Amino acid sequence: MKKIEAIIQPHKLDEVKEALKGIGVDGMTVSEVRGHGRQKGHKEVYRGMEYEVDLLPKVKLELVVADSRLDEIAAAIASAARTGKIGDGKIFVFDVAQAIRIRNNDTGEAAL
Amino acid sequence: MTRRILALSAGLGAAASLWAQSAPQSVDAKLAALDAATKAAQSAGDNAWMLTSAALVLMMTGPGLALFYGGLVRRKNVLSTMMHSFVLMAVVTVLWAVYGYSLAFAEGNPFFGDLRYLFLNGVGSAPNADYGATVPHETYMIYQLMFAIITPALISGAFAERIKFSAMLLFTVLWSTLVYFPMAHMVWGKGGFLNAALGGKIPCYDFAGGTVVHITSGVSALVCALYLGKRIGFPREPMKPHSVVISVIGACLLWVGWFGFNAGSAVAASSLATSAFVATHFGAAAATLGWMLAEWWKHGKPSMLGGISGCVAGLVAITPASGFVQPFPALLIGFVAGIGCFLMVTAVKSKFRYDDTLDAFGVHGAGGTIGALLTGVFATRLINPGFTDAAGKPLPLGWVDGVPQQVLNQAIGVAISWVLALVATFVILKIVDMTIGVRASETDEREGLDLSMHGEEGYTLES
Repeated sequence: MKKIEAIIQPHKLDEVKEALKGIGVDGMTVSEVRGHGRQKGHKEVYRGMEYEVDLLPKVKLELVVADSRLDEIAAAIASAARTGKIGDGKIFVFDVAQAIRIRNNDTGEAAL
Repeated sequence: MTRRILALSAGLGAAASLWAQSAPQSVDAKLAALDAATKAAQSAGDNAWMLTSAALVLMMTGPGLALFYGGLVRRKNVLSTMMHSFVLMAVVTVLWAVYGYSLAFAEGNPFFGDLRYLFLNGVGSAPNADYGATVPHETYMIYQLMFAIITPALISGAFAERIKFSAMLLFTVLWSTLVYFPMAHMVWGKGGFLNAALGGKIPCYDFAGGTVVHITSGVSALVCALYLGKRIGFPREPMKPHSVVISVIGACLLWVGWFGFNAGSAVAASSLATSAFVATHFGAAAATLGWMLAEWWKHGKPSMLGGISGCVAGLVAITPASGFVQPFPALLIGFVAGIGCFLMVTAVKSKFRYDDTLDAFGVHGAGGTIGALLTGVFATRLINPGFTDAAGKPLPLGWVDGVPQQVLNQAIGVAISWVLALVATFVILKIVDMTIGVRASETDEREGLDLSMHGEEGYTLES
């Protein structure tokens, strides 16, 4: 089993969700995060005080998937999230030691 | 209207007496009743407006100022900042009821009143001839209370995010007693040193409190900011407002409430109240534009925060002038204050690097000073004919009326409020510091005053 962490532009979330639904992927966790890679931030001014804001709003998706589906799912995410500009985001893949369904104690790929 | 009734009565009386009927008695009685009814109607109108105004001014503190200041601090301090405004609605009320009103408005000496109104003794439904002759004395008292409440609340902008709550309470009790009550007496109390209307030595025109409220609180705020020192991490760490949205709501409540503050200071539902209402509104509008344009020019973008800061600066500056100036001078005063306070809050503050957290000095101290001085320029009997000579003719007021030396009188009033605020605030801070300590501990400050002082959080994300 592999865990996919995808950091994407917030406005691309709907497209990514549609793409994943289209290839039959149900489970995911989404959180609102802040961060940056090479993308420049912006300046905010409050009563003459200037603030450089370089932590930009992003969305993080986390999915745990079967090994056999990894490439297909990662490609779907990347293609839906891409705009071609700096700030599109990144996908990271991790090994997963175990997965357990809380409702009925299913383990391993059966729990996904 | 009265003249026509008198003429009619004279005619009727003469005609009736010719026929020697019982008519003259009933006409006199009718006229007396009519006169009483007219007076009652005027009183009812005046009292309705004054009670409404009192409510509007209280609304300025809660939630107006609470929201305005609350939105500008970091999330971890929002409740403590709101508490600074809210708790004064309670504390100052009690001080006022016990001895505050008396110290401010009882006739005593030129600097503070005596204790004849202790526990509001004698302050009832009968009007006081000097303080609103057409409304109950109690109405005047409750109206003035709302001013006494908001003034120390304004100072909280300077020590937000780092003061101990107990110290803030003690500070307010002492400051109200030693600064506000005497200053209110000097400008508005009978026999007050600066009272232009009721026997003052130096007539200083301050319609609704440019000196009494804004200069005293603004200058005191500066002293507090310097005495307490900078917040931990200021100015390197970013300390952005946690919710400009909340501050906008607060600012709009302040703008609307200010009509009670200024137009209510006519103590009557009169054309003078209308005039003050208009001047207030025009001052706010022009100042908003002044600040906005200055910011647009300097930083490239006009901000929402700049807009509301400008409007408050204008409202502050027009406060002393509101019942004395014409509409277009009101626009000018507002515009000057908008730009002047913008410079104070941006250029001057960053040059001298003091942490006047919410710009109480930059807006209220500076705005109040600008407004009080410009009142001496633009005050005119065309707006306020209430100051009359022995023959009952309205006296000229400010420079536009041909009295340039009035600016000097204004300057004296301004100077007295500055000095009183500077000296008394420093002494009070020293007393509070030596007894219970003023500044929150470093851990308390880092944790956030909402948790450390009040045991709560403004926004709970889990529930």
